[in-house]
Amino acid sequence: MTKKKASEQYCLGIESTADDFSVGISTFEGEILANMISVYMPEEGGIHPREAARHHAEVASKVLEEAFTNAEIKPRNLSIVAFSQGPGLGPCLRTGATVARALASYLEIPLIGVNHCIAHIEIGKLQTDAKDPITLYVSGGNSIVAAFDSRRYRVFGETLDIALGNCLDVFAREAGLRQKVGLPFGALVEKLALKGGQLIALPYTVKGMDTSFSGLLTAAVNLLKKREYSLEDLCYSLQETAFSMVTEVTERALAHTEKKEVLLTGGVAANKRLQSMVKVIAEEHNARFRTVPTQFAIDNGAMIAWTGVLAYQHGAVTPIEKSFVKLRWRLEEVEIPWIS
Amino acid sequence: MDKLKPFLIKKGAEANLYLADWHGKKVVMKKRSPKKYRPSELDEQVRAYRTIHEPQLMHEAKKGGVPTPTIFLVDLANATIIMEFIEGKQLKWLLGEATEEERQSLCLKIGELIGRLHKNGIIHGDLTTSNMILNPDDKIFFVDFGLGEKTKELESKGVDLHLMKRALQSTHFRFAEDCFEAVVKGYSKVLGAKNVRDILDKIREIERRGRYIAERKAKSE
Repeated sequence: MTKKKASEQYCLGIESTADDFSVGISTFEGEILANMISVYMPEEGGIHPREAARHHAEVASKVLEEAFTNAEIKPRNLSIVAFSQGPGLGPCLRTGATVARALASYLEIPLIGVNHCIAHIEIGKLQTDAKDPITLYVSGGNSIVAAFDSRRYRVFGETLDIALGNCLDVFAREAGLRQKVGLPFGALVEKLALKGGQLIALPYTVKGMDTSFSGLLTAAVNLLKKREYSLEDLCYSLQETAFSMVTEVTERALAHTEKKEVLLTGGVAANKRLQSMVKVIAEEHNARFRTVPTQFAIDNGAMIAWTGVLAYQHGAVTPIEKSFVKLRWRLEEVEIPWIS
Repeated sequence: MDKLKPFLIKKGAEANLYLADWHGKKVVMKKRSPKKYRPSELDEQVRAYRTIHEPQLMHEAKKGGVPTPTIFLVDLANATIIMEFIEGKQLKWLLGEATEEERQSLCLKIGELIGRLHKNGIIHGDLTTSNMILNPDDKIFFVDFGLGEKTKELESKGVDLHLMKRALQSTHFRFAEDCFEAVVKGYSKVLGAKNVRDILDKIREIERRGRYIAERKAKSE
């Protein structure tokens, strides 16, 4: 039974670029009716792409069902289906794409392939009312400073090696920390860092507007093994150094573009210390600071659904034969017709 | 002549630039102001390091045939560098206004200058067209070596050129490809085709990194 208006149009979005499988449902007006996220959390080690994909396949029907239940609509109420087409891990992306294709063909509705990074920015704008921000998007897979200019989002800075979230995760794992649902590695490091206070010298690597975290990670792990410093101080120093680096490059991009808003998103955006640092530079440049609420900052289906709506309303439909996944699809490759 | 009072010409992200009179010379004062977001210890380390290294690199660059402003004074306590003021226009503006032909020749020249830096083991660290000034004698000056380093590693050269490419893509996206091609052409005039092939391979490698690496173990002992 549905209490929704018959004229209302809905988009279902599937996100499966890495360790999350998520389904979101958005109206064409940008009201998010469902955003169900199932996280694959390996007992040990990092994300194994095939294992994560197996998780996605196993939970897909359950998550879809939950999304429909939450949104109080039926599959036949959908107008379009969107999916995360890249960038991401091949097996994970393919699982999501397969589900999306099946759904779109069965319901005979249009399919829309969405760029994962652009979706992060678009849902962030929708949720925070930002109009034209500099975005710092920091997660386990990406560390990007981007802003819109002439029909596309441009990458002003990014990591030259590993992502910021990855750096924190690997360090936490090496320190023997155990994450669980609701308490990921990043949150564990943040908690420990609050108890630290001694700043240990670690490599601070900023190149232009780009950053590098692999040297920082190696140095931190080496110090960890020497057991000269407390884990709390190491977590504190790792955070202070890494966050200062991304804040510095965000400020450079902000000064360069003179945008009036700063949007912080991605899984690492939940970190209060990072929020406070980015807020400082935003204020110094008279820009408004916005943090995306966690459920829309981590990988989520709602962002795919909403970006699918934007794309569809501007004529971007992905024919099934062109719906192959793009593992290294950069956000500046995508033309953005919905921003004038 | 009226004595020039220091006035702010650029509020940068990393440092503020003031135009000033220094013993009758028109100079630029580059002051790295404290950053409140960083812990003060880290902030002081970062600013002191850059204030010392920047003039050294600028001097080395000049010796290697790359025009840079002459350094007059380094005031470490205030994280301030006093240097020659270069009359001219930033390449950032010129590239946009230039004709196709002028643009090609400017980029060729930029490539040659980057080549000279790298040949002398100098990495600029922030190659953007805002950091290049064309003076009235048609000489291109490189400024802002604050993120630079001395090394002959292929990786660093690759990153440096990759930054140039990225800067062109973000600021001059309409003709970024042609510009970068001309930069590489100028660069190979100085470094030779073989070295350039290695560096271009390196750039491709760098571009493949960083985004979505499934699993990566810390390189610990």
